[in-house]
Amino acid sequence: MSEVLVLVEHVDGEVKKITSELLTAARQIGEPSAVVVGEPGTAGKLGEALAAQGAEKVYAAESAEAGQFLVTPQVDVLSALVASASPAAVLLPASVDGKEIAGRLAVRTGSGLLSEVVGIDGSAVASHSLFGGTYEAKAKAVSGTPVVTVLPGSVEPEPAAGAAAVEQVEVPAADAGKSAKITGRQPVEAGDRPELTEASVVVSGGRGVGSAESFEVVEKLADSLGAAVGASRAAVDSGYYPHQFQVGQTGKTVSPQLYIALGISGAIQHRAGMQTSKTVVAVNKDAEAPIFEIADFGVVGDLFQVAPQLTDEVAKRKG
Amino acid sequence: MNIVVLVKQVPDTYSERKLTDADHTLDRESADAVLDEINERAVEEALLIKEAQGGEVTVVCLGPDRATDAIRKALSMGADKAVHLSDEALHGSDAPATARALAKVVGTVESVDLVIAGNEATDGRSGAVPAMVAELLGWPQLTYARKVTTDGSTVGVERETDAGITTLEANLPAVVSVTEKINEPRYPSFKGIMAAKKKPVTTLSLADAGIEASEVGLANAATQVVESAPAPPKQAGQQVTDEGSGGVAVVEFLAGQKLV
Ligand SMILES: Cc1cc2nc3c(=O)[nH]c(=O)nc-3n(C[C@H](O)[C@H](O)[C@H](O)COP(=O)(O)OP(=O)(O)OC[C@H]3O[C@@H](n4cnc5c(N)ncnc54)[C@H](O)[C@@H]3O)c2cc1C
Ligand SMILES: Nc1ncnc2c1ncn2[C@@H]1O[C@H](COP(=O)(O)O)[C@@H](O)[C@H]1O
Repeated sequence: MSEVLVLVEHVDGEVKKITSELLTAARQIGEPSAVVVGEPGTAGKLGEALAAQGAEKVYAAESAEAGQFLVTPQVDVLSALVASASPAAVLLPASVDGKEIAGRLAVRTGSGLLSEVVGIDGSAVASHSLFGGTYEAKAKAVSGTPVVTVLPGSVEPEPAAGAAAVEQVEVPAADAGKSAKITGRQPVEAGDRPELTEASVVVSGGRGVGSAESFEVVEKLADSLGAAVGASRAAVDSGYYPHQFQVGQTGKTVSPQLYIALGISGAIQHRAGMQTSKTVVAVNKDAEAPIFEIADFGVVGDLFQVAPQLTDEVAKRKG
Repeated sequence: MNIVVLVKQVPDTYSERKLTDADHTLDRESADAVLDEINERAVEEALLIKEAQGGEVTVVCLGPDRATDAIRKALSMGADKAVHLSDEALHGSDAPATARALAKVVGTVESVDLVIAGNEATDGRSGAVPAMVAELLGWPQLTYARKVTTDGSTVGVERETDAGITTLEANLPAVVSVTEKINEPRYPSFKGIMAAKKKPVTTLSLADAGIEASEVGLANAATQVVESAPAPPKQAGQQVTDEGSGGVAVVEFLAGQKLV
């Protein structure tokens, strides 16, 4: 069986959830090989987690420089592996870095690029959801090695035992004329809530929330459900909530099990970022709001009545 | 400083967008076309740098004839000139081919120090064209910038993504892409709109730009859409009107779905 390369996303010696989703997707196509690019010692810390998620092989590409240049070290390592291992496909997270690495890799290796896919089958035919979920398409690569970025939350991760045999590979020396040097990092504050793109429940507030102070209503409901908090662009632009929580076309794409929209009208640009959510609940005063067209359960009412009651009821059930 | 701004004309996100039945490409007739909002910010950033450092701002656009409207908008904001790559054979090009063609066109502009693009287009959302253009030019990429500083020989950027903020540095020439947070684009003035009508727009065919027809277009794409269709309409959900127990009703629904 051919290998399928999976670029491992990791932070502070921990594997991100998307990696297990990618390893699960990779098993459909062939034998998953995890590719770890990072500072020396990184692969050692991740090995156990990767084995539990079914990685048969772990390519450890480690050097001090690997973390000091933007995306080019990953591209260098993956393109060398594409040449040496002839994989059936390369899977990457559809994160900002992942999409950029994928693009460069596709160009460098003359391969087809399949971007932001929501599923992939055994012959590497990828499913896409377009235009805010109103359109669906399937596509495949017809030259080179399929380079595929997968949207977080679209594959249900299934643990599997893998050998996770470590193979050291070289990180080619960076060419400073062709690469941007990373001179500082300020990671996002992890906070107590799950990360927006990884969360299985997201509670979002829109302009209807009315003020930064009242966003507390959204946060309280989110906390009762162990959810991440999101916001519409109108809420962000009005200064109710910080920009990094914006969901939608120009914000984040989320695909949780449950998405609760409070005081959000459901403009196409907002739907673009949440329409692949499995279950959608909406609370809006306006019975005609377009969000109800895609809601599995809609409440026509005042969010300041409905959300606190919902928060209390959830708390009661948890006992 | 000579700056190239990559601008794209996209279907207005407020109008209905779909793919054509014939070849699964974007149905450009079905929607109004506009200069992508993010590219107005890219133009603005180029103008700010030019105002501080002098030089010239050239707009580069790959797209059908009617993309000239988007080009004129960029010129009316204050860009100096434009190069428009327009050729029937480009129809259906995939993202890598688009990047290849754009890199070639950038090569036709004299002594470019900096390429500025939007971080992500609102239609395709591939979000990788700037990175690919950097790859093809062999220049550093400083993408997803919420802040750009340059002294004419180096460029520094604050990159903001899901992962947080990363500060980047590189020598020019380089490729930068900007996010929504970079600036507030200016409105074209009446004078700017009038002046734009006289600014030079060079229209290139593939041959003019030195691009082989076999490198671009639907038939030569490295990916192929095998099927496309409107998503099956979601079956209408339940809707209740809150009469004092709306929150309870939601919990009952969630419990039924095993979500609480
Ligand atoms: C290029 C472009 C990109 C965009 N990108 C995004 C994006 O990424 N994300 C995004 O969200 N938007 C985006 N937008 C903006 C989008 O078009 C909408 O303007 C935005 O989503 C509206 O946000 P909203 O639903 O919160 O506000 P509104 O449309 O104003 O809706 C507020 C809703 O709250 C309801 N309401 C008010 N008070 C209450 C109450 N007490 N209880 C219950 N309901 C109440 C109202 O009935 C109304 O339906 C983009 C637009 C463009 C042009
Ligand atoms: N056809 C095009 N013509 C000019 N610039 C483009 C084109 N396609 C993409 N770009 C540039 O690349 C950016 C990101 O686009 P994308 O990678 O397609 O999401 C855009 O904001 C533009 O600056």
